Order: sequence, then structure tokens, then C-alpha cells
Amino acid sequence: MINTRLTPKQKGIWALIAVVVFIYALFPVVAIFANSFKTPADVGAGTFWPQNWTWQNYEMIFVGQAQTLFLSALRNSIGITLISTVIAVVLATLCAYAIARLDFPGKRFILFTSLAVSIFPVISVVTPLFNLWRSIGLYDTWLGLIIPYLSLTLPISIWTLSAFFKQIPWELEQAASIDGATQWQAFRLVIVPLAAPGVFTAAIIAFFIAWNDFVYGISLTSTEAARPVPAALAFFTGSSQFEQPTGAISAAAIVVTIPVVILVILFQRQIVSGLTQGAVKD
Amino acid sequence: MSTATTDKRAKLVTQQDRRRQEVRLGWMLAGPAFVVMLLVTAYPIAQAVYDSLFSLRLTAPDERDFVGLQNYLTVFSSTDVFWRAMIVTVLITVVAVSVQLVIGFALALLMHRAIARLRGPLRTAILVPYGIITVVSAFAWYYMFDINSGFVNSWFSWVPGISEEMDWFAETWSALAVIIASEIWKNTPFIALLLLAGLAQVSDDLLEAAKVDGANWWQQLTRVVIPNMKAAIMVAVLFRTLDSFRIFDNVFIMTNGDAGTEVLSLLAYRQSIMRLEIGLGSAVSVIMFVCVVLIAVIAVKGFKVNLAEGTGSNAGQKKETK
Repeated sequence: MINTRLTPKQKGIWALIAVVVFIYALFPVVAIFANSFKTPADVGAGTFWPQNWTWQNYEMIFVGQAQTLFLSALRNSIGITLISTVIAVVLATLCAYAIARLDFPGKRFILFTSLAVSIFPVISVVTPLFNLWRSIGLYDTWLGLIIPYLSLTLPISIWTLSAFFKQIPWELEQAASIDGATQWQAFRLVIVPLAAPGVFTAAIIAFFIAWNDFVYGISLTSTEAARPVPAALAFFTGSSQFEQPTGAISAAAIVVTIPVVILVILFQRQIVSGLTQGAVKD
Repeated sequence: MSTATTDKRAKLVTQQDRRRQEVRLGWMLAGPAFVVMLLVTAYPIAQAVYDSLFSLRLTAPDERDFVGLQNYLTVFSSTDVFWRAMIVTVLITVVAVSVQLVIGFALALLMHRAIARLRGPLRTAILVPYGIITVVSAFAWYYMFDINSGFVNSWFSWVPGISEEMDWFAETWSALAVIIASEIWKNTPFIALLLLAGLAQVSDDLLEAAKVDGANWWQQLTRVVIPNMKAAIMVAVLFRTLDSFRIFDNVFIMTNGDAGTEVLSLLAYRQSIMRLEIGLGSAVSVIMFVCVVLIAVIAVKGFKVNLAEGTGSNAGQKKETK
């Protein structure tokens, strides 16, 4: 439409816009990246870039004194987030399949419930869970976080997947049956490949949301047994009480950010369609 | 003759059977997700309502007394704690969502109209803040402004009101400004994406017609584009409002509620998890829950966003174009 032939002036304007947007979107990330390479002296110097680049912050969290704290938090985060993502996506796939494919009373009610759950203030749920988990022994355990994480991951998965599944031409399944495939074969060979991208999209979004959690993480854990990375970052203390562990926190922040940003860049198309399909779809 | 009627009846029976089977299968497949969602939310909120009627401290669990609505009265009468947190929360929500809407719309327009070569990189860059966890974003902003590690003071010392010694997190307004900035930065991608999807649904014909009629860029935007994506805007604003109202992570990291920045979530957290005042904390939790439900109900009723359909934009568009 407008991008037929650009005048040099238009090119210049677009280049300028791109630079402004890039700075806006990336500046805080670059700032914390720069922090992660600063020595304690540089941290206090108030400059943007380190005066002397150093790996000591990364050493501290991977092999140094913050190792147990950080590595256990990383392990907890990866494990708890992956397990709750898998459970959510499996349950949501079954649910969304039923909603898109079958006609049964209560369909709209299920969608409405998942919407209601997704607007729930986590803080309203966390106090009773805190009490309950302490009395039944789930406090500070993986399971004690996996269960509440489902309240974050299930609704968005159900919405994304049911929007996605509604666009699948289910007649193909019947056509395959007529051609002699059993119902299971028809489902497995025709529908599953069509549904796979949607399931994958839901999984990525659910993973992000669980990875981002903070309130459950700080409220329902107390030790390295289950405390996930975001919560561990908040409770990080320096080598002495007078020294803020700015560099180490920044390094840890970069470590947990890079994989997620790579996922975002690789799968931006899916993420965009998944996020927007649920709320504003055609 | 009789075989024909039995046939018919048999057909009817199998049809009913199939129908019943479908209903059963539907609930079998959807049931687990439904039950899990209810268990992790409905049960705890019921428990919170129940707990809020008792005077209950975990430090003295035996002195559990039924006090009725006393906790709510205590909460509502504490002007300097509860109402202050309420005002701060509402202020953050209103400012953050309005600015996000403006920036998000600008970014959506950019992505929509960008030349093909820029579209991918722009979208990637805009998505990056979405991929950053809120706690990391909070630390990034905190360190930029912090009096020890920050460079903002030395960069902007020429701006009146900013000096090398300025402690952003010691004053309510400056602390709130940084908190709101991080909230805006982190969540604008979400609004931008929803609005981009809304923009894609504005029909080119309408725009062409407006152009032919001699509408300038601004008129096209305000008379054609925005009215036709009203539903997408409403959905975006509603979701962001509900989310900002629950703000917790960045406040916890940056000020921990000091300097008059305490928000409702933090108040509830402090009462119940830190001070173990379960009765009072539950009352605050229940009040927050009611607020969120009220916001949602008002938005859905008042702006006729059809959330149960999952779209809103379709219904809205049809109405607009009629």
C-alpha cells in the first residue's frame, strides 16, 4: 500500500522511528545488562557502562557464594514452571477440544469461569492457601506452587486453545472417517497435526505467565526447597549487610531473562496470534 | 408398517443416546480443567470470606474469636492505611493504563503501517518487555534511579528538580513515578498487540471511502479507525485495569510500600503473610476481590464488552457499521 517506493525523506523518518522504538523497548534491559558486568566500585560510580568489565557477578551466582541460592532457585523455577505448564496445557487441550467440537450444556459457563479465574487477584487467594498449605504440609514444596500456578496458566490456555480450535475445520475428521480411517486414526492423523501449533502457542504463553509469578513464590515458600527465581531475587542479600548485591542480582536477572527473550524472538508470531486470538479474534 | 415405526423410534433413541453421550464426553473432557480452576480459586476465596469474620492471628491460633464484620470496620476506618493504599492503587492504575493506551496505540499504528522490512524487527523489539519478568523489570528501573547505582541523576541533573543527591524512592511522588514508569514499560506490549489485532479488523473500504470524502489523517483516525476498534480498545483497557489494580511485584521490589507507596495487594500481603493477622488480611483480600469483580461488571455492563463470546470486537463492529 504505502510501501511502494520510499523517498529518502520517508526512509529517514522510518529509521528514526525505529531507533526511538528500539531505545524505548530495550533500554532498561541494556541497563541491567551493563550492571551485571560492574564491580561493586563501578556500581556506585553512577555511570551507565562499567568502567572495568568483570565476570565476577556471574561467577558469584554460578560458582561463588550465591551459588546454592541461585542454582536451587533456577532449578525450582524450571521444574515447577514446566510441570504446571504441561498439566495446564493437557487439561486445557481436552477442555478446549470439548468446547470447540462438542455440544453440551455448560460450555459457556466453563469459558466464563476461566475468565473469572484469570481476573482473580492472586493476593486474595494466597492467604487461605498459605494457611491450608501449612496445615497439610504443602507449604514450601514444589506441589505447593504447581497447584496455585494452575490458576494462572489454565485460564489463558483454555481461552487461547478454544479460540484456536474453533478455526479447525472439523469436517476433515469426518471426511477421513468416510475414507475408511477409524475415529481415533482420523483424530490422530488429521486433527492433531492441525491442533499442534495452537497447543504449542498456549504452552509458551502459559510458561511465561508461570515464570513471571512473584506473589505465590514469596508467600508459599520459605527456603531453597521450592523458592523460584523471582522470589529468590527479592531476598538476595550481599556478602555484607552494607553492600547491596546489585551486580549479582543483575547477573541473575540477565540469566533468567535471556532464555525467555530468545523464546519471544523465535516464536513472536505464535505469541502474538495466541495473545490476540483469545481476546480479539476475527 | 410396524417395522417403519420401530425404525423411527430406534433412530430417535440412538439420536438421544448420541446426544447424551456427547454431553457426557464433553463434561468428561472439560470437567478436570473446570474442577481444578474451582479448587484453586473458589475454595480459597470462600475460606478468605470465612476467615475475615474472625479475629485470628497465627501467632495465637487458640484465641480465635468470631467478630462478625469487625475486621471490615477496622479496615474501612483506617484512613491512613487502607484508604491511602486504595487511593495509591487507583492512582497508579488510572495513570498507568491511560499512558499505556496512548503509547500502545502509537506502537500498534507503527507496527500496522511500518514498511515491510521494519515490521518484524519492530514487533520483536516491542515484544521484549513482555518477555521480561516483572521482578527483573522492577530491578532494572530501580537501579536506574537508585541514589547509589543510578545514572539518571547524573544524566539529568540539568533538569530543574533533579540533582545528583535526589533520592527518588524517599518521596511519594517520585517513587510513584518510577513505579508507574516500570508498570507502563512492562505492559504496553500487551495493549499494543491487542490494538494491532483491532486495527487489522478495520476495513480498508471504510478508510478508502473516508479518504475519497476528503478526510485528513486525524479525521480518519478519530472518525473511522477508533470507532471501529472500540471493542478491542475496551478489552485491552479492561484487562490492563484489572491487572494494574493488582499491582504488587514492582512496588515490593522498589519501595516495599515505604514513602507512602503502599498498594492494596501489598497491604493484604503484609497483614496476613508478614504479620500473620489472618482475620484482617483476609478482610483486605476480600475487599480487593470485590473491587476487581465490580470493575469487571461495570466494564462489561457499561461498555457492552461481550467477554463471554471471547470477541467483543466482532459484536461491536457489527453494531458500529450498521
